[in-house]
Order: sequence, then C-alpha cells, then structure tokens
Amino acid sequence: MPSYSFTLNGEKVTVEAPADMPLLWVLRDLLHVTGPKYGCGVGVCRACTSHLDGDEIQPCVVRVEDCAGRKVTTIEGLADGDTLHPVQQAWLERDVAQCGFCQPGQIMAAVALLKRTPRPTDADIDGIENVCRCGTYSRIREAIEKAAAEINTATPKITP
Amino acid sequence: MDRIESSPSEPRAVSRRRFMVYSLSAATLTVAAPLACDTSRAQGSEPAGAVATGDDDEMLVLEVTKANRVVVRLPRVEVGQGVTTAVAMMIAEELDARLADVDIPLADARTKGNQSTGGSSSVRSLYDPARRLAATARARLVTAAAHRWHLPARTLHTRDTMVLAPDGRKASFGSLSADAARIRRTEVSARPRPAARHKVIGRPTNRIDARDIVTGKAKFTGDLTVAGAKPTVVARPPTLGGRVVSVDDRAARALPGVHAVLRVPGGIAVVAESFHHAFTARDALKIKWAPGPMSSLSDAGIRSRLRAALPALGSPPRGSTQVEGEFEFAFVSHAPMEVLTAIADVRAHRAELWFSTQTPMEARDTIASAVGLPASAVTVHVIRGGGSFGRRLTFDAAIEAALISKAAGRPVKLMWSRNDDTRHGRMRPASHHRIRASHQNGRVIAFAHAMASVNESSGKSGVDQASFVRRASGPAPSDSGLYNFGRLSGDSGGVDLPIPLGAWRSVDAGTARTAEEILVDEIAASLGEDAVAFRRTTLRSTSVRAVLDKVALAGGWGRALPAGHGQGVAVHEEYGSRVACLAEIDATDPRRPRVTRVVMAADVGTVINPRGLEAQLMGTAIDGISTVLSAGLHIDRGAVREGSFADFHWARQRHAPLHFEAHVMPSTADPGGAGELGVPAASGAVANAYARATGTKPRRFPLSF
Repeated sequence: MPSYSFTLNGEKVTVEAPADMPLLWVLRDLLHVTGPKYGCGVGVCRACTSHLDGDEIQPCVVRVEDCAGRKVTTIEGLADGDTLHPVQQAWLERDVAQCGFCQPGQIMAAVALLKRTPRPTDADIDGIENVCRCGTYSRIREAIEKAAAEINTATPKITP
Repeated sequence: MDRIESSPSEPRAVSRRRFMVYSLSAATLTVAAPLACDTSRAQGSEPAGAVATGDDDEMLVLEVTKANRVVVRLPRVEVGQGVTTAVAMMIAEELDARLADVDIPLADARTKGNQSTGGSSSVRSLYDPARRLAATARARLVTAAAHRWHLPARTLHTRDTMVLAPDGRKASFGSLSADAARIRRTEVSARPRPAARHKVIGRPTNRIDARDIVTGKAKFTGDLTVAGAKPTVVARPPTLGGRVVSVDDRAARALPGVHAVLRVPGGIAVVAESFHHAFTARDALKIKWAPGPMSSLSDAGIRSRLRAALPALGSPPRGSTQVEGEFEFAFVSHAPMEVLTAIADVRAHRAELWFSTQTPMEARDTIASAVGLPASAVTVHVIRGGGSFGRRLTFDAAIEAALISKAAGRPVKLMWSRNDDTRHGRMRPASHHRIRASHQNGRVIAFAHAMASVNESSGKSGVDQASFVRRASGPAPSDSGLYNFGRLSGDSGGVDLPIPLGAWRSVDAGTARTAEEILVDEIAASLGEDAVAFRRTTLRSTSVRAVLDKVALAGGWGRALPAGHGQGVAVHEEYGSRVACLAEIDATDPRRPRVTRVVMAADVGTVINPRGLEAQLMGTAIDGISTVLSAGLHIDRGAVREGSFADFHWARQRHAPLHFEAHVMPSTADPGGAGELGVPAASGAVANAYARATGTKPRRFPLSF
C-alpha cells in the first residue's frame, strides 16, 4: 500500500492508505483525529470542514494523495496551546454551540472566511454553506462579526 | 462509587425521608433523590408525551469527590438541548459550588425508573430533586466543617465549592466529603433556597461543554475508540423495506481491509478496517433486491389516502359563515447532524453498547431480546448525541449493530450513512388537516379540526418502536382551548403504512397547531380584523396574550414594509409554557423567500438558563423556516427521493434570519417545558408572513418542494 506524508496540525505524519482514501477517514480511522465529523460524505453538509495549506476543504471529498507534502489543519490544530483562536473565543462568548457536532466545521469555515475576507458583509457570511441542524445560525453570524472585529483590531492595517 | 451506582434505587442507609433524599454508603459524600416523572405540577401542562411514563423510583445521585468535583450522573441524554448545563446550574445554585467544578456525566441504562428524554420534560422532572439533592449535600458539608472546626454550623458559609468560617478558615468540599459522608443529622437547613435568593438559576449561562466543542474534544459515538471495534456499514435496498434476493459478495470480500460480509435484516453488512474500506466494499457488492411493500405507492397516492382517512367534520352551526382550509404536510427527516452510530460488543454471555439514545432502558431490553441475552447481561453506555429532534427515541442502529457484532463474533462500530438515514431512517409522518371555523355576528362560534396522519404499520426491528411515534394520550389537535372559539371539535384518522416513522420535535403540534395558526389569520381577515388584535380578543389565557403582546411590540407589528415583504405572527401553549413568534419575510421572489427577522417571546415559568432557552427558541425558528419553506421528503414508488442535505433542503445561513431576538418572560411559576415549544409558533408565523407577503393561502408544506 502506498504511503503518504503530510503535516497535520504542525506535526509530520505518515500513513499507509489507498491513494483514493478520503482524508476524512485517514484522519478519523487511521490517525484518530476526530474533530472533523462525517455528516454526508459528499461535501455537502461540511461538518468535516478543515484546512489544506490554509484554505477550506471538505476532507470527505479530498483524496489522501492530494494532501501529500501539504499542511492539513483540523479543529484540533486551531488553538495555540491553551490560547484559543479568536474565532473559537468568539464562539465561546456567543455560546454558539448546541449539539456541537457541526461546530468544528463551522469554526473552520469561519476562520477561512475571515482569512479571505477580513471584514465580511452579511452576504459574505450568507455564503457559508455548512449545515447546522440545531439552527445556531444567528449566533454563528454574531460570533463571526465579533471575531472579525477582534482580529481587525489586533492587526490594524498599516496605511502609508 | 461504582458499587453504589449499580443499585442506585436500593440505598442501604436511608434518612431524611421528609425531603426524599437518601444517603448512599460510600467513602465520600454521596446522596440520592428519587426522580419522579410526575410533571403535572407545571401549570396548565399536558401529559408529557408517550415517553415520559414509568415508575418513580429512579434516583439522581450526587457525589462530592476527594478531588473536589461534584459529580451528578444524569439519567437523561444531552443532544444539544443543554440539559447538562441546566442541571449543573441547579446543583451549583444549591450547593454553592462553582459551575466549573460540577460534572454531569450521562448515566448508563438503568434497570428501574424512567430514564427517557422526551416530551420537553427534563427540566420539569429534575428541578425539584436536583435542588433538594444539592441542598442536602450542602447541609452535610457545612455540618462536617462545623464538627471539624468546633464552630456552630450556622456561623459557616459556603461559596465557590468551599465552606468558610468567620475566622477565615476554608475547606474545600472535597476535603470535607469523607466526613460529610458520615453525617446523618445536619445542623443547618437542607431545604432548597427560595427563588428570590437564586444567583445561578435564572442567570444567562454558557454551556458547560462549550470549550470541548470548539476545540474538537467533545466525543460522539463515532469518535470513541473501543478496542477491536471495526468500522461497519450496511448496503440497504433502494426502496423502503426492500429485501435481499441474492448477493454476490466475492468482489467485496476480495478487497483489502474487509473483515466480514454478513446478511442482516436491513441488508448486507460490511465490517472493515476503516469506513473507507467499508464503503468501498459495500459498493462492490452485487445485490439483487426485491422491492419493498410500498413500491407501488408515491406521494400522490399517500395524499389521497390521507384525505380519504380524514374524519368528517360534521355540520356547521346553522346560519354561520365558514372559514375553511385543508393543509398537507410532507414527511420530514429528523436529520440530526450526527448520523446514527452505535458501537456494539456482543459476546456469548454479555453485551456492551455505546450510542446516543433518548430511551436507554427500552433499548437495552430490546437489544437483549434481539441477541438472546438477559437484560441484566447488557450494558448500554449513553453517549452525547449530535442532535436528535426525536430521532434517538428509537434505536434502530443499536439493534443492528448488536446483531452484526453477534454474527461477526467481534465488536463493531456501525454507522448509517447520510443516505441510509434519509432514505431508511425515520421521519415525521405526513399528515392532512381539514379545519373549519364558523362565525356569526363577528364571533367564532365553532371550530373543528380533523386530521389524518400516516402510522407505521409494523416495526422493522421486531419491536413496536412505533409506540414512541405518537402521544399515548393528550388533547386532539383542536382541543387546546387556546382561543374562545365556541364549540370545539376534533378527530383524527390514520393510514397504516410500512414506513419508518418517529416523533419529531413538537410531535403533532408541529403540523396541527401550525395549520390552526394559519387559519386563525384567515378567520381574522374574514372578520375584517387585524391578526394580532383578533388573537388578543379571542385568546383565553392572559399569559399567552402577554407573549403575543411582547412580540407585537418588540417586533413592530404592522410596521411599513416594502412590497413583497410581510409579517406573520403565531402563538402556542404546551408543556406548561407558552410562546409567540413574529416573523418577517422577503418574498419578492416568491420561489426564494427569505425570512429576514424573527422575534420570539416565551413564558416557560421559572427559567433555569435564559441563554439556553434562547438557543432552543432559535432552533425552533429554523425548524419553522425549514419545514414550512423547503425541507421535506418525497416518496417515489416506495423510495425516499432525497438522500442528503443536497436535496433535503434544511436551512443554511443564507435562509436564517439576519436578525433574531428572543424575550424571556419573567415568572415565578414552576418550570415548564421548552425544548419543543417554539416549533408550532415559528412555523405558523413563517407561513403567515409568507401569506401576507404574497397574497396567497399556504396549504401544502414545504411550500417549495
């Protein structure tokens, strides 16, 4: 069986897996990294949303061979030790989660959005496709707005 | 502690019967309170639903560990409704413990009592025993400290999981626990404090598990590692109830990482090294399927059968004017984000299972009988669930996992795929309603509601799980007496079909009361009255009128809106609680409506956690938006058409209101239920807003289907 190496949450890992094995099952079944959740397996519900080289991906539809030599970040790799990412912190302050199952994916999607669009509009936030069956969307929106404000205050744009 | 928990209902030492709190023999302070399931104390409450019945000898057990943790093993399941946080708050309140020092693990399936989570009954059933339990523990800890310090107990205080003396001495609860375990006679009151002195109960509080959730540490069943439990999936038929005629599994068995291929009642199971290997092998099976018993039936046929099953409404009062409507609701998947998952390890003489369930005792008994073991040989560990909405009242996957584990002779981790759950999982029954209001001289003098819904004709699993689907008792849809509508009448009929159904958050009220609230708007229009003003003058209850007034005021009822936009309101009363919702919709494109604003108000009696209540209302707003506008299941020749969230159109962020607010009415009444409360009001308000924005009469749901 072929083997693939990539960086997972800052650490190099090597797995033996079929080339077409979805990253989700590599993470969950081989590496026991269970933050990314299975919700549909076809990239629709986005409960597994994680990052590949800093960009949003749905690991249920990304093949492990396409991750070789790259950087995979899951919810487990978002905080800096005990210091939460501003998006996680905003999630706590707005008490967003209900059942919590989709929330790792929601948070990773929000982090990716804020990286692309530091000052997201309502329409930008509306573009997040992740399903939350409990219906926490209003608090997700508030948390993203709060995190955006935090991040933009912490790293002011330097204008000449 | 384990020894005690194994027989929580048989305490060896019994004391303080007056408060119905028992001491359990243990090295650390351990007290227990019986958990009655009598929820009738809540004013105006209805029977809590089919699941909330049973003996009242169940115990809620509190232990203070030497490590200063307060542990209450909860005989309920956490599925996102926030019950663990609410119970932790009750305990922290009466014990003067820090919330962070309170742990609420979920209890394994018990042998006696009522361990069901459902009918929005958890807070109602736990409020008194949890507070009594903690108040008793506090009195013991204070008394133990008084003995240790040779001080009068009444001079001591408690705070932050500590007992404090006036001279500055402090002792953690943990350090006092062993002494407190021997205290039989407390020297301070063991009564819960009056509500006016509550500091934790009633304060908006964040979930106790929030940090675990946002860091990915929260464990659901599929995240657990049980030695040797291999990923397992089942190939299922294209139609509901279809059966295997023949299978060629040679290609599947030849694939790497495949441990077993087995025939089970639901199809062909594959046990493999990973879920990837399992799905790959499943897809390599060549199976010839026989169609299921419904294969000649589609939506149109089901609808016409339901219409035919409607009981007659009878004749309206002579000389009255009629306002009538027929309403149809499609099947709706529960669709919890976490698909059904169960780990089973069935051996010759014992079995152990891990899964999320609202009914662990029934599950254990059913699984025991399915695998041929006595119930006492089956352990069920209750795991937090990734949503439920009624889906985990039944335990289809756990039974299947147990059968597979037994047949394969090894532990398995069974997961239903999203397609499995959508196409073979349970659903809210489709229903049909005919409602007629008769008015004369400007007043409604009679109100009649006939409904028919699909009933599950037989349980696939050999157990009558259908008994969980409908209320065992309770009012017929129009018996709520919400409005002064003169003579009320109601009747219900059913169509039996072999289709897997399940009680869906708010059960029959989610359809029946939604339809009624739509008709109430049409009655008001027929009488030339405003929808809020009409409700105000016809509602029987001042507390329902109060929540309506709240949303009308806070939501700006009647404010000017652009063409194509509209407002709608609806109210509901159930579980000893009442709720109102005001929704605003942008239906400029009637095929793509967007609910832009939702204002809700709820009176649930004493509120434990206003932030948790707001979350529940927010969730029901999304339930209303989804089920009224877009989310349903089609049946095509005995098969469910939808397969995932790609075609089961549950609301996304772009369908959620840009503005949501919830108002919690102050109350000193006993707690009512809250988890399901908002569904009919939200659904009715969304439908009424759509009607007003488009000038249409909404009749068939979801509207875009």
